[in-house]
Amino acid sequence: MTNSFADFIKAKLILMIGTNMSEAHPVASTFVKDAVLGGAQLIVVDPRRTDMVDFAQMHVQIKVGSDVALINGIMNVLIEENLYDKKYVESCTVGFEDLKKKVMEYPPERAAEISGVSADTIRTLARRLASVKPAMLMYTLGITEHICGVNNVMSCANLQMLLGNVGFECGGVNPLRGQNNVQGACDMGALPNVFPGYQRVDNADARAKFAKAWNVKSLPDKPGMMMPTMMENLTTGKVKAFYVFGENLANTEPDIHHVEHCLQSAEFLVCQDIFPTETTRFAHVILPAAAWSENDGTFTSSERRVNRVRTASVPPGQAKPNWWIFREIAKRMGHQWASNSAKEIWDQEVSVLAPSMAGIKYRRLEGDGIQWPAPTEEHCGTPTLHKDGKFTCGLGVLKPIDWIPPAEVPDKEYPLVLSTGRRLYHYHTRTQTGRSRGINDLLGEETADISAADARKLGVADGEMIAVKSRRGEVKVKARVTQQVPEGLVWMAFHFRDACANWLTNPVYDPITQTAEYKACAVRIDRLT
Amino acid sequence: MSQTFILNGIETPFTPGQMILDAARNGGAEIPTLCYLKGAAPTGACRICCVEVKGARSLMAACSTPVTAGMEVTTNSELVHRARKMNVEFLLASGKHNCLMCEANGNCRLQDLAYFYKITKLQFREKDEKDIYPTEDQNPFIVRDFSRCILCGRCVQACNEVVVNRAISQGYRGAESKIVTGGDSPYNESECVFCGQCVEVCPVGALTEKKAKGLGRPWETQKIRTTCPYCGVGCQQWLHVKDGKIAKVTAVEDAQPNQGRLCVKGRFAYDFIYSEERLKTPLIREVDGAFREASWDEALDLVASKFKSIISEHGPDAIAGVSCARSINEDSYQMQKLFRAVIGTNNIDHCART
Repeated sequence: MTNSFADFIKAKLILMIGTNMSEAHPVASTFVKDAVLGGAQLIVVDPRRTDMVDFAQMHVQIKVGSDVALINGIMNVLIEENLYDKKYVESCTVGFEDLKKKVMEYPPERAAEISGVSADTIRTLARRLASVKPAMLMYTLGITEHICGVNNVMSCANLQMLLGNVGFECGGVNPLRGQNNVQGACDMGALPNVFPGYQRVDNADARAKFAKAWNVKSLPDKPGMMMPTMMENLTTGKVKAFYVFGENLANTEPDIHHVEHCLQSAEFLVCQDIFPTETTRFAHVILPAAAWSENDGTFTSSERRVNRVRTASVPPGQAKPNWWIFREIAKRMGHQWASNSAKEIWDQEVSVLAPSMAGIKYRRLEGDGIQWPAPTEEHCGTPTLHKDGKFTCGLGVLKPIDWIPPAEVPDKEYPLVLSTGRRLYHYHTRTQTGRSRGINDLLGEETADISAADARKLGVADGEMIAVKSRRGEVKVKARVTQQVPEGLVWMAFHFRDACANWLTNPVYDPITQTAEYKACAVRIDRLT
Repeated sequence: MSQTFILNGIETPFTPGQMILDAARNGGAEIPTLCYLKGAAPTGACRICCVEVKGARSLMAACSTPVTAGMEVTTNSELVHRARKMNVEFLLASGKHNCLMCEANGNCRLQDLAYFYKITKLQFREKDEKDIYPTEDQNPFIVRDFSRCILCGRCVQACNEVVVNRAISQGYRGAESKIVTGGDSPYNESECVFCGQCVEVCPVGALTEKKAKGLGRPWETQKIRTTCPYCGVGCQQWLHVKDGKIAKVTAVEDAQPNQGRLCVKGRFAYDFIYSEERLKTPLIREVDGAFREASWDEALDLVASKFKSIISEHGPDAIAGVSCARSINEDSYQMQKLFRAVIGTNNIDHCART
């Protein structure tokens, strides 16, 4: 997030795109609701009528996968009607003319045709966005989990820059991270192209710096494989050994049949986890790990805040902290690592090697944590990035972007769109929530959420078991007839193994990030009786 | 120039619009409250915060009376204390406040006030058992004991004005008054999403955590601050721990980013760590496909030797790994260091892209 959660309650205009916040980030949503009670305007852009729509002045119900077209349409109006922030665009950004040329190809009428949102609504939306400053944009996986995920993100950034909203409290572009430490895992360099602190592996100076710190002669200079490529290469034999730490890929990745084939193909699979999972079934070695409250350490939240995690109980049996396990393997491969606790790892290595976190030390994290960048120990952290439109990289780049449809769209054989996500009571594949007493009582099974119109057409009753089928697989699941879902859409989650949406989802990826298109594939519903 | 009022005889500054409660607390005067909930509109329901205001016909509720310039406020007179004590006595008679059997024992403002006012016996007749609504605990997490409810309305305000889930409201009138959900149906049949904010703000034992029962009194537990293991908001939690076991989880008040709030997962989905299904020992797959228990040395030696032989035969890029987006930063740091510095490949990723 460019901004902070503390901004939510103070924001004057909030634009939510592809975020089911009251279920996926419930506490964050309470601050948005507080802002609305205090007079803020809320606009929800989502194919579904999510619970936050109850608080919105406008619900812009777009077709799945049409975000770029809608945003181009909005920007078309902003430019046509001279409503954009000319001063900001001139002084803080580059690329306006190219962007203008592109969005001129998306008059509201064309955007309407693609997105299913009327041209009038697009005009109203654009005028509203231009009427309040700053406006705060929030998004989640509804934006990123498409084959055009990067383009969707850049469209959000284009819009906020055109409106002059980046670099101010209660403004900015704010992706809410789905997991407690997905931000931190990125920051720590668990990515194939960067060292900790986003220092590129193809930069010789960065390599020299890390090689010295890690006491090795050289470090690999070529960016590595992203996860989908790794999995694919298990079947080609290019990857022989696969080390899966705390992930249940057999349920979380698209097209489970294929994923399990990949895992099955591994010559040597190491799983390090706190529970046996659908993924550990394929392991050759399983290493038992300490969990959340059995560790001292840090998580980094969506707002770049480094927070402390503290030990409350001991791990069961012989389970060990993960950092210890990696250190022991390194030792057995001839490398002695000095740091021997999470605190030592952070204070002596992470904060020394990552300039944006140089000022963050454990002794400074006793209270509310610190938001990076915090380059020195006197720095109190950064709640708002790109302050006053002064972008970290110089000028903000406006990028012309074309809309493309999802990889698989409905046809005669598979006439419905399947979109997927999370539900309030469960988290991912339920390894944790499914084993917390009481949670299963509140939500004990998966459903396929469908509209009343489709239910009528198919002759399906609420609560009836149905088969949902895609080109990849089939699940038997209860139908849930709900107003949340528009005609033509089926919505499911991935919390329960038997009716996991990922038996159906399409393993196609954004070409840059290799994020899978969980939000759109084609399915059909068959009655079972 | 800031304006002033007279607080217990001393000229004290205040901000226009401020209530007596806030201005007096800023001025160093302690005023007890029961119904007052920061961030919500004051209701003046409990009258425990009553103070003397010169010229007023009766005692005023400090939480809901705005200060004016020159106002003379007394917070600690005998009259004030007599009135507060009587209010506490009324509340004690309004239900069955038997602390020995109460989950909130040691964490109850009514208990604190009864002790402060040295109340040793009930002055008024206790409400009859038959006039008290039965306890409702059909749901897995929250016990609603109406015999302990003082109708302060904090739960109603927390639900409607703080987390805005709009599940709880005031029901019925007069002696029949009851805090209700969904037209007086059980919690689990209402709009409730089990964030537990009502439990968090309940000043007595009317709303308590079902799972915490019997696991530890407040004076036996240690509070450990940590960060929630679920979504990416990073809510700050207190783990209430007795003998190395979490009894319950509450929110850290005034902490960023959650400011005293949690959701159903953060508050109630903590006990997975005690599941009997936890992995407790390294496991190695046998030729027949079954797993057998192994020592750390054997398992780690196997991983290291297998990695070494793959590296020598196929090169370091034949090994790939994914890190965990739920585990601590230091774990991800170590894993990428293992891959880059020891194995010699950049084939390290995690689920950021999925």
